[in-house]
This record gives sequence, C-alpha cells and structure tokens, in this order.
Amino acid sequence: MRPGVSVKIASGVIAALLVLPVLVVIPMSFAAGTSFQFPPDDWATTWYQSFFTSDKWQFALTNSLKVALATAVLATVLGTMAAMGLSRLSTRWRSLGLSLIMMPIVIPNILIALAVYATFLDLKLNGTLRGLVFAHTAIALPFVVIAVNTRLQGIDMSLRSAAFSLGARPAAAFRQVILPLLLPGVLSALVLAFVSSFDEVVISLFLQTPANTTLPVQMFDAVSVEIDPTISAAASFVVISVSTVILVGQLVALRRRKGQVL
Amino acid sequence: MIDGPSQQRGARISLKALSKQFTPGAVPAVDQIDLEMEPGEFLTLLGPSGSGKTTTLNMVAGFLDPSGGQIELNGRDISNIPPHRRNFGMVFQNYALFPHLTVEQNIAFPLKQRRVPRAERGRRVREALDLVQLSGMDSRKPSQLSGGQQQRVALARAVVFSPHLLLLDEPLGALDRKLRQSLQAEIKRIHRELGLTFVFVTHDQDEAMSLSDRIAVFNEGRIERVGTPRALYDDPGTLFVAEFMGESNRFFGAAKGAEYEWAGSPMRTAASRPGADDDVLVVRPERIGIAASPGDVPSGANSAPATVVDSSYLGIQRRVDLEYADGTRGVAVLPGSGSSVPSTGAGVVVHWHPQDQVFVRRRPPLEPAVPVDRRAPSAAVTKAPVKV
Repeated sequence: MRPGVSVKIASGVIAALLVLPVLVVIPMSFAAGTSFQFPPDDWATTWYQSFFTSDKWQFALTNSLKVALATAVLATVLGTMAAMGLSRLSTRWRSLGLSLIMMPIVIPNILIALAVYATFLDLKLNGTLRGLVFAHTAIALPFVVIAVNTRLQGIDMSLRSAAFSLGARPAAAFRQVILPLLLPGVLSALVLAFVSSFDEVVISLFLQTPANTTLPVQMFDAVSVEIDPTISAAASFVVISVSTVILVGQLVALRRRKGQVL
Repeated sequence: MIDGPSQQRGARISLKALSKQFTPGAVPAVDQIDLEMEPGEFLTLLGPSGSGKTTTLNMVAGFLDPSGGQIELNGRDISNIPPHRRNFGMVFQNYALFPHLTVEQNIAFPLKQRRVPRAERGRRVREALDLVQLSGMDSRKPSQLSGGQQQRVALARAVVFSPHLLLLDEPLGALDRKLRQSLQAEIKRIHRELGLTFVFVTHDQDEAMSLSDRIAVFNEGRIERVGTPRALYDDPGTLFVAEFMGESNRFFGAAKGAEYEWAGSPMRTAASRPGADDDVLVVRPERIGIAASPGDVPSGANSAPATVVDSSYLGIQRRVDLEYADGTRGVAVLPGSGSSVPSTGAGVVVHWHPQDQVFVRRRPPLEPAVPVDRRAPSAAVTKAPVKV
C-alpha cells in the first residue's frame, strides 16, 4: 500500500519537529562569541576546543562512555536471557513477566531516581559509576527485551528441537543455532541500551557527585549553573556520534538482510 | 553411515502403557498405548489431527515427558533420557534446517556434536548427500533450495550420524502432490538401503498404505488397530478404521442369530460373522457390483437397493456414488471398460459376494476395567504388546 498525501505531510511535519533542534544546535556550536547565539554572527571552533581540551568535559564524556558500555553489555546479557526465558513460559505467565520488565518505561524516571537514590544510600552505591550502571541497566532492560523478543518470535522453535535431536546439548543448541539467528536482535539491543544510558539524565543527576558526573549531567550544569556555551559543541558531538552508531547499525542490518535473500 | 554403530541399526522400541496428559484432569492426549516397533520395520502412526500420534512421536523423540508408562529401546527404559542423548534421527514437517548454515554445515551438525574428526565428517556428509541425490549442493543455503530439496537435506542430516531409528513427523505435509509422490519413493528407498527402523507420522492414509510395513491407527489418544496395510484394509476391525482407511459401503443393521438383518432384509454371512449385536457390515467399493434389477443379481450374493447419486469416468475405473435406502452414502468402483452404468438418479441394485464383506465394531471394544496399579512398572511390563 502506498502512503497517501496526508500521511506524507504528517511524516514531514513530525520529521521536521524532530530534526529542527539539531539544525539550531549544530550552527550554534560553531558560533564565535562568549554566549549562546543563533544565528551566529561569526564562526569559530572555540567551543569544540573547549569541549575536547577541558578536563571537566572529557572526564564527563569518559564516565558516560564507561557507564553506557557497561550498561549495554549487562542489560543485553540479562535482557536476552529474560527474553529466552519468557519465550518458554505459557502465554499467561509470559505476558505477566513482560509487563513487569516493561515497568521502567511506564514509571516516571523521577520516581525511579528517588527509589534508586534511597536504596543506593544504604548500599553505598551513590556517587559510583557502578551504581549508575545498575540503575541504567534497569532502564535499558525493556528496550533489550523488546528487541530480542521481536527477533525471537521470528525464529522457528522447532530448530531447537532439531538441534537436540541431532545430539546438541542445550547450551550447544543455544550457541550454535539460536544465538546466530538472534544476533541482529542482540546487536540492536546493544545499541539501544548504550544510547538509553548515554543520554539518561534524571537518575544520573540524583546519583551525581564530582566523582561520577556523566556527560548529560555536565551539560545540565553547564546551562543551569555556569552558562557555558561548550554545551552546544558537546550536544552536537553527542547527536552526531549517536546518529552515526545507529546509522551504521542499520546499514549493516540492511546489508545482512540483502545477503540472506541472495 | 556405513561404519556407524551398525549393530544398533534397526533398533526395537517398545511403548508400554504410554500416556500423556497435558493438564491434570483433562482428557489424556495419549491414553495408555502399547506398541512394538520392530527392528528395521517401517511403522506408520496414522490418525486424524488430535488423535495423539504426534504427541506419541514427540515422547519417543524425548521432546515431551510421558505422564505415565515407559519407552524402551532394545529393552532398556529411556523415558528419562534427554533428546540429545537418545541418538534418534528426526525429520520435521517444516524441515527445520538451520537457515544460517549451508547444506554441508547442516548435515555436518550432528557429526560435530559427536566430535567426529573433520576428514571423516566430510566423507560422511558426502555419502549422505549421495544418498538423497543432492551431490554438489554442499555450499547452498537452505533458502536457495526448493521445498523437496530442503526435506531431502533434512533426511540426510537425520541419518548421517547412524541413529538408532528415524522419526518422521508428517515430512511430506508441506509439499505439493507430485513432489510428495517422488519423495515417498525416495523415503522408501532410503529405508531399504539403511535398514533403519522408521517411525512415520501422517494423517494421509494413501501415504501410510504405500509406505508402511505396518500401520498403527490412532483415534482419540488410543491405538484402534495395528496391522499391515492389507490387513487393515481388508479387515478394519472397527468402523473408525474402516472409514479412515479408504472408502466403504456401510450397512448399519443388527445380528439376528447367525444372520444379519439390514433395513428389514436378511444378509448372508460367510466366514466373517458379526461379533456383537450392533456390528456394522462393511463392503469395500471395488468388491461391489451394480445390477439394473433384482433379477440380475447373481445367486448367492447379498444385495441392497440404492440410488445413483453421481457417476464419473476415471479412465481405468468408473466411480459410482450411491445412496442406500436407509440414507447412508456409499460408493462403487467398477472397471472403466465395463458395461454401461445407470445414469444419475436411477434406482439400481447393489450386490456383492458374502465373502467380500466384513463386520466391524461400531466403536473400539471397551478395555477391561483398568486396575489402579496399571501404571506401576511391573504391571506395565507384563502387559502383552498390541499385536495384529
């Protein structure tokens, strides 16, 4: 079915709304001035210099990358196991389990942040990168389970039975048959989990100390406390790097799919 | 395949009071069946969907745990052995080839699990491909093969590791008619060449008839009858088997002493006599003749008035659909070159020799009251397996 005119217009408007902020931020980051300017009077790369040379910004960026990477791995492993386990339950238990895992999407992040803050005080996890990883993993888990679950539903489960009948132990059946077929879902889960942690701000704000400031927290401080236009360079950097990761991921997936058809 | 554990070839499988109940209190999907699978035989589990044949196969394969009873391999109970340690080959209806692996890798999969050295692996994969006549297809992906080719790869993969027996779960169900016939011949040839015990599940009675050494007819979780295709066709035993295995003319009458009475007229009995008062008289379509009037019925034959509902010429045969005086439908298959056939709507007299009729039970004979301890192993072992 080909989309009608109204669908095209609606898509155009939505796309514009999504992209416009980027079209403001990126030019702004190249402004030569000491405060926020749009459109810029003059052009310079001052803010990029500041972003890449300032210890504060680089520390925050490194923290964010560390936390996001650890979260991506932890959430993907846990989420994949959860999706596998859920797929073997009866319909009733599966939908109950799924709704439980989806909770972090529904519950406002501020509530999660409060609960996490209180709990982590007892566990002495406040102000640590480890604490951030645990909290972000909870937030990323639903995305992982959705991505893996979608892929899993496309896999014929008689393949597992076939592997057993051919002498594969359960672990071997998973590693040699199910995992390779699940891989595209697992990879997109990794990307989603990474991104969801990388731009998480509410929980990171609650748990922040000078020792574990992440990039979004640093950006928030830059606007609210310091009025530091470096944030526009930081924001542009984040937008471009995150978009690149996702685009590359999609291109790879597209190529793989084409390869399978041939 | 040549040098596997060949002494294991053609294993014997015994099912003893095997049951499966999916939910407690519900009607069992498989209800205390006894069945012997003889070494090297081609045994078909035949029945309509929901009759328990696939559940039985899945229990033999180890994918389902029995709720009761035992599965024995060469006399040893294997009910608790997981599927990957049973060494049974299985062919699935949807092929279940691993889509990310090539044909060669698919067939090598079971050998890899058994840590067969690379060189021998290659040799056995080639032999298996030869067996299913797909040499040269090694490096293709399953998606590049036709349905028939995929199923042949699945067959090769299921026998390459010299399994104790081969389980086939409606393997031809997803194929079109012509392909089905050529694969039937293929399966028959492979069975002959390997000498393995084959257990084949289908709901298609033609398929069962043309492939099997023996057929076990399933109905509502029980085995109604086990026998050679010929025996089941000629002496179905129960009305269900008679109706499921080919077409028949059924006369619902009642035993009157040594005679049988249908619609007020007596029927002669020969060697086959009604065993119960409400047994049904059954005549196969090709045993029936059609006469224009009662005077033309040969002496000594049984006869019944009928109306011709439809008549079609099928080349070597002519098929006449009939409706009997009591409203039941029947069919006669006459030689195509024979004399003229009454037109649709005409009243005729159907006749057959008493030796060509059989009596069948309306429903399977009720089992003698089942003792409570029947599921105890000792009781199960002493119970004689179902024989023809």
